Amino acid sequence: MKIIKAGLAGVALSTAAAGAAVAAPSVCLITKDATNPFFVKMAEGAFAKAAELGMELRSFAGRFDGDHETQVAAIETCVASGVDGILLAASDTAAITGPVQAARDAGLLVIALDTPLDPIDAADMTFATDNFEAGRLIGEWALRTMEDPDNARIGLLNINISQPTVGVLRNQGFLTGFGIDIGDPNRWGDEDDPRIVGHEVSNGNAEGGRSGMENLLAIDPSINLVYTINEPAAAGAYEALRAFGRADDVLIVSVDGGCPGVEDVAGGVIGATAQQYPLQMAALGVEAVARFAETGELPEPTEGKDFFDTGVGLVTGSPVEGMEQLTVEEGMRLCWG
Amino acid sequence: MTNAPQLPPGPDAIASFSGGPYTLKARVIHLVYTLPALVPLFVLLLAVAIFGVLLGERFLSPFALTLILQQVAIIGIIAMAQSLVILTAGIDLSVGAVMILSSVIMGKFSVHLGMPQELAVLCGLLCGLSCGLISGFLVAVVKLPPFIVTLGMWQIVLAANFLYSGSEVIRSQTIATEAPLLQFFGQTVSIGGANFTYGVMFMLGLVVVLSYALSQTAWGRHVYAVGDDPQAAELSGVNVKRTLISVYALAGLICAFAGWVLIGRIGSVSPQAGQFANIESITAVVIGGISLFGGRGSVAGALFGALIVGVFTLGLRLLGLDVQWTYLLIGLLIILAVTVDQRIRRASL
Repeated sequence: MKIIKAGLAGVALSTAAAGAAVAAPSVCLITKDATNPFFVKMAEGAFAKAAELGMELRSFAGRFDGDHETQVAAIETCVASGVDGILLAASDTAAITGPVQAARDAGLLVIALDTPLDPIDAADMTFATDNFEAGRLIGEWALRTMEDPDNARIGLLNINISQPTVGVLRNQGFLTGFGIDIGDPNRWGDEDDPRIVGHEVSNGNAEGGRSGMENLLAIDPSINLVYTINEPAAAGAYEALRAFGRADDVLIVSVDGGCPGVEDVAGGVIGATAQQYPLQMAALGVEAVARFAETGELPEPTEGKDFFDTGVGLVTGSPVEGMEQLTVEEGMRLCWG
Repeated sequence: MTNAPQLPPGPDAIASFSGGPYTLKARVIHLVYTLPALVPLFVLLLAVAIFGVLLGERFLSPFALTLILQQVAIIGIIAMAQSLVILTAGIDLSVGAVMILSSVIMGKFSVHLGMPQELAVLCGLLCGLSCGLISGFLVAVVKLPPFIVTLGMWQIVLAANFLYSGSEVIRSQTIATEAPLLQFFGQTVSIGGANFTYGVMFMLGLVVVLSYALSQTAWGRHVYAVGDDPQAAELSGVNVKRTLISVYALAGLICAFAGWVLIGRIGSVSPQAGQFANIESITAVVIGGISLFGGRGSVAGALFGALIVGVFTLGLRLLGLDVQWTYLLIGLLIILAVTVDQRIRRASL
């Protein structure tokens, strides 16, 4: 206990010293895990930007998506090591707010990356994809692409039953874009539109995507439009459809914009995908911490939103009229992972 | 095997219960003891019957029933590996990780290194075999507890997988053009609405081969003997070390095959798949009536265990129930299965 106290005192001293002297600003990046290509690329973007600005970057990650304890320990380590700011992609958005507040009290800038905290103002700022908008774009694209949207048979492949915010926003955005009444916007599954065949879970991977799609086909083989939470789930769903000889007459839409996903758009596996920009997210976050360290200036949200929108692009090989879209080539240039 | 009724009546037999008046309860216990796969088989048939009544044609169609087989193929195969290890009173937590690393090696070697696909598959299988050999050596020779050894191997193999693959997925279409052999087990034979993938056939074939090997060969007898009482086995001339190493090595090889089957099922090579395979395989094994204390149970039981989970999963989804109900019921089944196992052990002492 004594050692810890002494350590903390030492840290307080060193941060004070750092404030006085002109040391290189430093920043921590804490992601949900170190295996998801999304976070791998996010870390790459952060390291590149930090090197460019001559900053020191420390990178931490949960052992798996949902590993709250490791993230708390990482925040404590970052506070103790006296960095200027923390970029955090939180696993447990509500429970992490306590340690986040402690970090802010210690004078650090805390930016939530990709996933807003609950409440959103628990962090100084959020740099994220507008996931509802991402869903809305693919929903609207599907509406404009289908010949007979009034008789669509829709299957939805979500992440998991705990209904994390990101998954709910994409799902409800998709349904809104397709013109379906979503009921309670904070949860999926309460819609009563007869065009919806069912909501399944995919765990966001190919294995779950395949099983989920099989279950949906067992419920109703006439499905012709499939929403997927991300591209690995879409690839798994496509394998199931191919096994049932339905690969060519079912439209799959997705979200993410990873390189294998955009290749799947090019190959006709996925009709359209909403692309997000994790490298950009991390780079902007690092810049914001650098500015904060230099001038004390806090980042501003995007106009009309309560977070900084890092943008989303609709990538498709079959563009429709009246929507802004990226070609597959453009998508490939901007893709990650 | 300490069960008195099971001993063959030798010339010096002091007491023999054969021919004695069995009560119905004793008969049932005896039957379940000698054929431990009966309980899971009964539960499986009961579950199929109940869902059949509730859902009718939608569930009792060749399409839906063979779909369940496809959905449990991976876990079914992994459960075979897990069964072998658990029969020796061990446990293997690294099964899922070994499966994924093997599949990643097959994919990376053939697509990224440009190796001939047959050679890449062979390398993947060798990877599984080697992982199993290492675990087996540590358990049998260094005498470390299997739980600890495979806990360590799980972390090591999974980390190696992520380090080597960089979490990058190899797309289905790329594999189809460059190394179609990797998707071999995904091919389907359709017989009147029923769809059998090669992966499903492999799983069923594996059950038959392992059942035969465990019940009809000396090696199989040794596996049971080592699991029941290693000291007694050693004293009766069983080479315990060699038996244990062979079991872990074979389990590793089976996991590698599961990795190959997995590529067939999901089309792509995904370093992030199969994260729960260890828990799911242990679930199947336990529901399948294989004793965690070793020496009792059959691989057919493990297959039934995996199928029970598959039947509940699809049945409850077709009923439109929340997925949580599946987990809740599976949890109940696990506890029920272990209760049955304990009662039988007590009755047999």
